[in-house]
Amino acid sequence: MSMPSAVADREITFAQAVREALAEEMRRDPAVFILGEDVAEAGTPFKVLSGLVEEFGTERVTDTPISEAGFTGIAVGAAMTGLRPVVDIMFGDFLPLAMDQIVNQAAKVHYMSGGKLRVPMVVRTNLGATRRSAAQHSQSLHALLSHIPGLKVVLPSTPYDAKGLLKTAIRDENPVVFFEDKLMFHLKGPVPEGEYTIPFGVADVKRQGTDITLVATSSMVQVALAAAQILEKDGISAEVIDPRTTVPLDARTIVESAKKTGRAIVVDEGHERYGVTAEIASVIAEGAFYHLDAPVKRMGAMDVPVPFSPALEDLTVPTAERVAEAARALCGRT
Amino acid sequence: MRRTAPRTETQQADALQGVAREQWLAMYEQMIKIRAFEEQVNELYRGAKMPGLAHLYTGQEASAVGICQALRPDDYITSTHRGHGHCLAKGARVDLMFAELLGKVSGYCRGKGGSMHIADPQSGNLGANAIVGGGAGIATGAALSAKRRGSGQVSVCFFGEGALGQGVLYEVMNMAALWKLPVIYVCENNLYNEYTHYSEVTAGELRARPAAFGIQCVEVDGQDVRAVYATTRRVVERLRAGEGPAFLISNTYRYFGHHVGDVNRAYYRSKEEELDWKARRDPLAILADWLTGEGLADAGTLEEIERRARAEVAAGVEFALAAPYPDPGEVDQHVYA
Ligand SMILES: Cc1ncc(C[n+]2csc(CCOP(=O)(O)OP(=O)(O)O)c2C)c(N)n1
Ligand SMILES: [Mg+2]
Repeated sequence: MSMPSAVADREITFAQAVREALAEEMRRDPAVFILGEDVAEAGTPFKVLSGLVEEFGTERVTDTPISEAGFTGIAVGAAMTGLRPVVDIMFGDFLPLAMDQIVNQAAKVHYMSGGKLRVPMVVRTNLGATRRSAAQHSQSLHALLSHIPGLKVVLPSTPYDAKGLLKTAIRDENPVVFFEDKLMFHLKGPVPEGEYTIPFGVADVKRQGTDITLVATSSMVQVALAAAQILEKDGISAEVIDPRTTVPLDARTIVESAKKTGRAIVVDEGHERYGVTAEIASVIAEGAFYHLDAPVKRMGAMDVPVPFSPALEDLTVPTAERVAEAARALCGRT
Repeated sequence: MRRTAPRTETQQADALQGVAREQWLAMYEQMIKIRAFEEQVNELYRGAKMPGLAHLYTGQEASAVGICQALRPDDYITSTHRGHGHCLAKGARVDLMFAELLGKVSGYCRGKGGSMHIADPQSGNLGANAIVGGGAGIATGAALSAKRRGSGQVSVCFFGEGALGQGVLYEVMNMAALWKLPVIYVCENNLYNEYTHYSEVTAGELRARPAAFGIQCVEVDGQDVRAVYATTRRVVERLRAGEGPAFLISNTYRYFGHHVGDVNRAYYRSKEEELDWKARRDPLAILADWLTGEGLADAGTLEEIERRARAEVAAGVEFALAAPYPDPGEVDQHVYA
C-alpha cells in the first residue's frame, strides 16, 4: 500500500530506513541479495547496512573486490537470470567506473532483446558535497544516469521516502539507480512500522504555498524547506515540490504547482549545466508558460569540480539563504 | 592434402567414447548451416538488402559447435559482435535470425537488436554484445545466479582475444575464481583484433592470465570440432561438480574480413595466410575427412546433410525478406519492462 505522506508514531534515521527496506525485502523475496565493497561485516563505511549480514549471511550480503565494473556486470547477469541484486556503489563518484555495465548493458538489455530479457536490479549509491571530501568523493551524478533511457532514477529526501521508494525499486522489473544523500544518513523522520511502498513518478508536495514553487530534489529538499521558512517571515508563501524520481518524472504535479504560483525555482545538487535543473525548468517553461510571472530560475552546483577547502566548497552548492534571496528577486521583493 | 590430425590424447579419446554417429552428423550439420548462413548474410549485404554490417563467423564454426554441443539446452551463453555461430550452435532458428538481421518485427528481438544483439533466452542465449568484453559481467552473473539457485547450469562467455584488453574481464574472472562460479571463459583466438594482429597488443603469455587467478586453462585446436567438444565436455563436468571456472583458448581463424565490408585486407594479413588456413585447417573438411575415414558417413550422406542445411537457410532468407518491418508504435515499446 502506498501512503500519501509521512504520518507515524515512530522516528528512525534515513540509514535505518534504508536498512529496514532491504531487510524486509530480503525476508520477503529470497532472490534479493546485496553485492558491494565492505557491505557485509563492515556494513559500508556509512554503516547503512550494519546488521544485515548477521541476519542473511554472506551468501546474500556479499563483499566484493574493489571492482565496480565487475560486480555491477555480475549483477546485470544475475538479474537477467532470476535474481534481484542490490548493488552498493560506495560513492556516487565511482559510478563512472561501472558506467558501461549500467549504460550499455543494464539499460539496453530489455530494449535490444525486443522485451525478452529483463534486468531487475538496484544500484544503491550516494550524492552530496560539503563533507570536505574533495572532487572525487562529493559529486551528484544523478543527471548523467537520468539521461539514459532504460534506467529509473530515485532521489529520496526523507527516511519515509527512502524506505518506501527503495522497496519499490527492489520490486521494479528494471534497473533502478537509487541515490542517497550522504549528509542525510543521520536525519530522523517519521516512518511507520507497517508495510508500505511509494510509487515512482509521483511527486510529493513537501510544503504547500501560493507565491512561488521551489522544485527540489534529494539533499536540496531540506535546503528548499529552510528557504521557505525564511521566506515566510518575508510574507512569501513558498510551495516545495519533491519529484522523488527524476525518471519517471511527475511533470504534471510540477507544472500544476507552477501554474498556481506563477513562479518557480528548481534546486538540485548536480551541476547546473545540462543538469536536472535544466530539464525540470524546461518542463515548467513548456507546461506553464502562459501562467508564469517570471522566468524559471535554476540553482544547481557550480560548474566546477568540488573543491576541498571549506572556504571554497560552501560556495559551490545552493544554500537556504541563496534560494530565499533568489525567490525574493523573482517575487520582486529585493 | 594433409589436414591437422585429430588429437589422440587418451583423455580426449575417453571423452569421445560413446559419442554416437548421429551426434557427429548433427555437429556437421550445424557447422555447415553456420557456413551457409554466413554466406547468405554476405549476399544480403552485397545486395544492399541488409541494413548495417555484420561480422561473419565463417572459419570458426567448430569452436561454437563443439562447445555448445557439450552444453545442456538450459546452460547459458553470452556472445559477441561475431555471434551468429554461437546463436545457431546454441539452438536459435535460422529464419528468426535472418528476420532480425533485416530489422524485421518477426526477428528474435523484434528488429531492435540486429546482428550484434541477438538474444534468445529460450535456448539459453543471453545475448550477443557489441561492446568488446561486454558479455563478461553478464556471463559471470548468470553463473552466480545458477550457483545460488542450485540449478546445475553452467555459463559460457564467448569472446575474441581482443577482449583480453578489457579490464572488466579480469575483474569478473577474479570473482568467479573466488566464488567458484560455473563459468567458462572461451577466448576464441582468431589472431586479429579488427585489423591488428593480437601479438602486437597482447603482452606476455595468454595462459598466464587465467593462471594468475588460479583458473584452469585449456587450449584446443578450434578447427577440430572433436577436440573442442571433448575438451569442453571435460571442462563442463568439472564445472558441474562445483570446481569453479575454467578458461578455454580456442585457436581459430576467420575467413572473411572483420566485417562484411572489410574486403581489402592485404595491409594486415596475407592472402597466403588465408589460403593456408582454408586449405589445411578448414573445420568442415577436418570433420568430413574423419567421418568418411572412420566409415561413419559417406560422401552421399554428407551431401544430403549439406543440401538440407542449405535449404533451411534459403527458406530462412525468404521468410525474412517477406517479413514485415516493425510498426512505428514499436519505437518506444520495451524501453521499460
Ligand atoms: C569497447 C569496444 N571497443 C572497441 C570496439 C570496436 N571493435 C569491434 S570488434 C573489435 C575487435 C574485436 O576483436 P576480437 O575481440 O578479437 O573479436 P573478433 O572480431 O576477432 O571476433 C573492435 C575493436 C567495440 N565494439 N567495443
Ligand atoms: Mg580476434
